[in-house]
Amino acid sequence: MIRTHALVKRFGPVTAVDGVDLDVREGDRYGFLGPNGSGKTTTVRMLLGLVLPTSGSFELLGSRRAQDVLAQVGALVEGPAFYGHLSGRRNLTLTDAAGPGGVRRGRRARVDAALEQVGLDGAGSRPVKAYSLGMRQRLGLAAALLRQPRLLVLDEPTNGLDPQGIREIRDLLLGLNRAGTTVFLSSHLLAEVELLCDRVGVLNRGRLVVQDSLAVLQAPTGRTQVDTPDAFQATQLLGSRVEAVDGMRLLVRDDDPAALNAMLVRAGVRVRALGPERRTLEDTVLQVTTAGSDRVGGPQRDADVEELSA
Amino acid sequence: MIVVELSKLLRRPRTWVSIGLLVLLPTLVAVFLAVSEVAPRPGTGPAFLSAVLSNGALYPAAALAIVLPLFLPVAVAVIAGDAVAGEAQAGTLRYLLIRPVGRTRLLVAKLISVVAYTMLAVVLVAAVSYVVGVQLFGSGPLPSTSGTTLSTGDATLRTVLAVLYVGWSMLGVAAVALFLSTMTDSPLAAALGAIALLVTSGVLVGLDAAASVRPYLPTRYWLAFVDLFRDPVLYRDLVRGTLLQGVYVLAFLSAAWANLMTKDITS
Repeated sequence: MIRTHALVKRFGPVTAVDGVDLDVREGDRYGFLGPNGSGKTTTVRMLLGLVLPTSGSFELLGSRRAQDVLAQVGALVEGPAFYGHLSGRRNLTLTDAAGPGGVRRGRRARVDAALEQVGLDGAGSRPVKAYSLGMRQRLGLAAALLRQPRLLVLDEPTNGLDPQGIREIRDLLLGLNRAGTTVFLSSHLLAEVELLCDRVGVLNRGRLVVQDSLAVLQAPTGRTQVDTPDAFQATQLLGSRVEAVDGMRLLVRDDDPAALNAMLVRAGVRVRALGPERRTLEDTVLQVTTAGSDRVGGPQRDADVEELSA
Repeated sequence: MIVVELSKLLRRPRTWVSIGLLVLLPTLVAVFLAVSEVAPRPGTGPAFLSAVLSNGALYPAAALAIVLPLFLPVAVAVIAGDAVAGEAQAGTLRYLLIRPVGRTRLLVAKLISVVAYTMLAVVLVAAVSYVVGVQLFGSGPLPSTSGTTLSTGDATLRTVLAVLYVGWSMLGVAAVALFLSTMTDSPLAAALGAIALLVTSGVLVGLDAAASVRPYLPTRYWLAFVDLFRDPVLYRDLVRGTLLQGVYVLAFLSAAWANLMTKDITS
């Protein structure tokens, strides 16, 4: 659906995107992560034909010209934007009429369907300037869904929504994905991406540093976490296989929690909880990224210092 | 897309407020003239004003002369300056482009919308001032500025031509403002830039030391529509004005197009 090859964008002396090779497949729920200023938005803008690449190429829905396929793409880029003096419904009507396929026939039904999908059918006739932040966000989503796109490119789609709203939108996106829509979600909310996405790409300083399925990134580390009130006994029993002890929590080098549990219980060690240790997405992302460009001054994190001294 | 732009233009309160003010100014002048019956001495004040007291049918031409030097071009500059930069500032430009609306198509639609606004403003100024003029001053056979009398049909034709010429003159301003509108994300900056050019041109037109560049200044031939009411019509300046505006329109529209086509939309 999206494939980029050595995509580069320079703004004057600043290299915003530096040789990115994205690979988003049909049916993916792709999470595009990275600190502020890492080049996420610039990449998205290039894919949508808003910003012209300095070098490199990309393919969107199999086409090298974004313009040809954009009618099948719904997008939310850096927050929604509307004509404040017009109603939500009127805004969507204008959006529908402005581009290809926006014939008058069926327009009303399309607008109604989009408003209903995002839960705004009751507020469609109010002027957008009277909308709350969450309502604007929903209307932005409605505009992206208006043309029943094959690909959704969403930048922070849950911005300004309350927890129920976030849940609602997540369910909506999961439903659309099950029906065949590919979702490309650009975000810095790791929890959001963990709950929604199945593949992840991480951008750092314009470079794609990780691109893998979430299952691989969250694969067990080969260690088992054991929660036990009898930490001392357990340590004695397991010996050098215990890598760390933190109060009542042990980290054991063992990739078979079931066998470990049986062994502990046979020895009379009470086990409160036990399971394979998994890397969190946060660990992965923090490991490969540096502080965002919005951080100015103050002590830098290790990775930054290393790079400076190298 | 053209229909969308026109719909946006017509649904915008600002459109009607600015046209309302444009119509109000000549109406106000007419009321003062009618109440005081003190006409400017011939040769002073805006064109035709000294003659309208005796004939209201001439008032559309007088009204155009009243709004032409400043009010009308400022209104056109504001609307045209807002065309692209306003969308950029509101963030709607990116959503239009990814809908997708081609950039050329967008610029053409914006241009048509600006032309529609200009013609709407000029026609409404002329129409309302005709009604106001005839009501306040009465109508009669129209005297030409050369002293002969014009038939009603002839006078109407000349007024229509004057409306078209004034509208065309405004397109130069519109093209400059539209070009600046593609350069910046601030509609205010675009409008001010176009107005600054007009003020500069206006100053230089009146400056004898700048006589060498005078024929090329955008505002030089604006008031040439007055020549339409001579008998016979004095076409020389009208033709030059039309051609000169054509050059400005072509040059700045090309520049606007070239700029928009190669621009990174980061708003």
